[in-house]
Amino acid sequence: MTDFEPVLLANIQNPESHTLRAYEATGGYATLRHVLQDWSPEQVVDEVKASALRGRGGAGFPCGLKWSFIPKGNPGPVYLCVNADESEPGTFSNRVLMEQDPHQVLEGTILAGYATGASVAYIYLRYEYPQCLKRLQAAMDACYEAGLLGQDILGSRYSLDIIIHRGAAAYICGEETGLIESLEGKRAWPRIKPPFPAVEGLFHQPTVVNNVETLACVRHICERGAGWFRSMGTPPDPDIPHDIGSLGPKLYCLSGHIERPGCYEAPLGIPCRELIDGYGGGVWHGRRAKAVVPGGISTGLLSADELDCPLDFESPIRYGCLGLGTAAVVVMDETASMIDFLHNSCRFFSHESCGQCTPCREGTAWSLAILNRIKAGHGRIKDLDLLLEIGDSIGIIPGTTICGLADGAAWPIKNAIRKFRGEFEEYIKKTNPGGWDVQEPVPALTFVGSH
Amino acid sequence: MSSSHRILTDEIIAEIKAYFPHYPTKQAVTLPALHVVNRYLRWVPPEAVVEIAQLLELAPAQVQDTMTFYRFFKQHEPHGLTRMSVCRSLSCALRGGDQILEHLCQKAGIRPGETTPDGTLTIEAAECLGACDFAPCIMVNDQLHKEMTTEKVEKMMEGL
Ligand SMILES: Cc1cc2nc3c(=O)[nH]c(=O)nc-3n(C[C@H](O)[C@H](O)[C@H](O)COP(=O)(O)O)c2cc1C
Ligand code: SF4
Ligand code: FES
Repeated sequence: MTDFEPVLLANIQNPESHTLRAYEATGGYATLRHVLQDWSPEQVVDEVKASALRGRGGAGFPCGLKWSFIPKGNPGPVYLCVNADESEPGTFSNRVLMEQDPHQVLEGTILAGYATGASVAYIYLRYEYPQCLKRLQAAMDACYEAGLLGQDILGSRYSLDIIIHRGAAAYICGEETGLIESLEGKRAWPRIKPPFPAVEGLFHQPTVVNNVETLACVRHICERGAGWFRSMGTPPDPDIPHDIGSLGPKLYCLSGHIERPGCYEAPLGIPCRELIDGYGGGVWHGRRAKAVVPGGISTGLLSADELDCPLDFESPIRYGCLGLGTAAVVVMDETASMIDFLHNSCRFFSHESCGQCTPCREGTAWSLAILNRIKAGHGRIKDLDLLLEIGDSIGIIPGTTICGLADGAAWPIKNAIRKFRGEFEEYIKKTNPGGWDVQEPVPALTFVGSH
Repeated sequence: MSSSHRILTDEIIAEIKAYFPHYPTKQAVTLPALHVVNRYLRWVPPEAVVEIAQLLELAPAQVQDTMTFYRFFKQHEPHGLTRMSVCRSLSCALRGGDQILEHLCQKAGIRPGETTPDGTLTIEAAECLGACDFAPCIMVNDQLHKEMTTEKVEKMMEGL
């Protein structure tokens, strides 16, 4: 793996990397020219299918397959939504791409638009990324001027407009149907699926939602071919039906108690420990890791003896986590409190639940209330079972909620308590010596929320 | 409605209308419109909601519904000239984000979510700002302040 050469981040050291000139100097838009001239849209879909590219936004759905669900011969427009809402705690790789190499994202977007027949692409950009807004807008202006966007791109008769749509600080707008509702001017309440967006999405039209990094990958797949993309990563597991493996380069976000936080590119499947030590310079202050979030807070926790876990789409599941998520690795050293971790996580999800599903709205709120109680020194051992009951009963997987936010809220609870139960019990016994083994229900209204 | 009683100036209205060609429905302009109004007024009072609704051919309740979903927009008083969002999510918390928030609030004499009585400064707790590589961090209006320490907080507050 030492001979791995970054592709997505290849040019970000260049201070001019965000300009059209610098981008074209490294071969930028040559692929687009070639594809628009020589390939049919189907060929782009086929190449991306053959690459086994899986979505980088968190769900890991095969990208080419998703594109192929767009109905053929749809009378109305097809929309492409670029998901740049990036709000999963720990995640910042889309920011790096949009700030440092916006043309790479735009070229991927135009290619994806061509493949799916979209005439308008909306970039749903989280509000807190003003620098991305500036860089993207400048890059788009340059594209319009150079005939790379707008009517009849490069004389190909393919036309595409890109419009940036800013969010307003709500995590749920990253969920693809929440994003669509938000774009339509409504509250970002995720929709029940089916119908999937590819059939009926934005403004009731067929819609593809893709993550920023996914689209950046598309550019390189069209340039270097599916075979190149498949040459790195974890091959399909024959024991998992329909597994297409975890292939290609991936951006990993490394933060928390780490010497060198940052966004690093590596082949999918790099072991967690190698990422931490090899790229991040190890746990800070020469300390040891206690727990590591493998892919954004929704994915749960790896304990210190689980750091051999390869960071691909399937492996974290084998270690009892939700999955790879956004590949945002957050390191916690031996001084970190798992009670604080879980409190932080529960507060986040309670704050961000959109509130339309009862198990999610109530489950996230109650888990926070229980964590508040534990932190205030009134915890009971029974609370841990109560938390697990919440964790095991909310989410798409048990089928009680509409979107994946509730699953994301559940995994930190399940992992923290199952993998670190001793610490929770000790804390509760120490802070609530008189009441830790109380079994009767506690009056609900005596505890108020955390903010 | 005579223009003297309007909240939305001609300038604001023109900026909102410039979004119309970007979307097939006027309702889709709700968020852009709220952002425009918020940028000029630093809040979206109820009267503004009604006027936005008229522009977008919606019921005021529809605009109000959308607006209140995004807690970003204030309706009871303008936010301060300076709006600070202090990240409290995991990566920042692990590197002292909570202490930064506490220190800031103590300096300003307000609690998270509040605005100083002179209307200059609003301090809010925020969820992950997507800059965890620079934890702990703060957004001050459109500016990201990276790797904050109490010393940097002191300096930043002096510069306000
Ligand atoms: C609660 C929640 C939040 C999400 N946030 C994001 C996000 O910020 N960015 C993103 O690309 N995908 C996010 N997703 C995943 C999207 O729903 C969707 O799968 C993705 O944008 C599809 O693009 P991809 O296939 O290219 O990954 C989120 C999902 C859930 C359930
Ligand atoms: S699971 Fe939670 S966030 Fe998702 S739709 Fe239901 S209430 Fe909203
Ligand atoms: S956790 Fe603070 S910026 Fe991500």
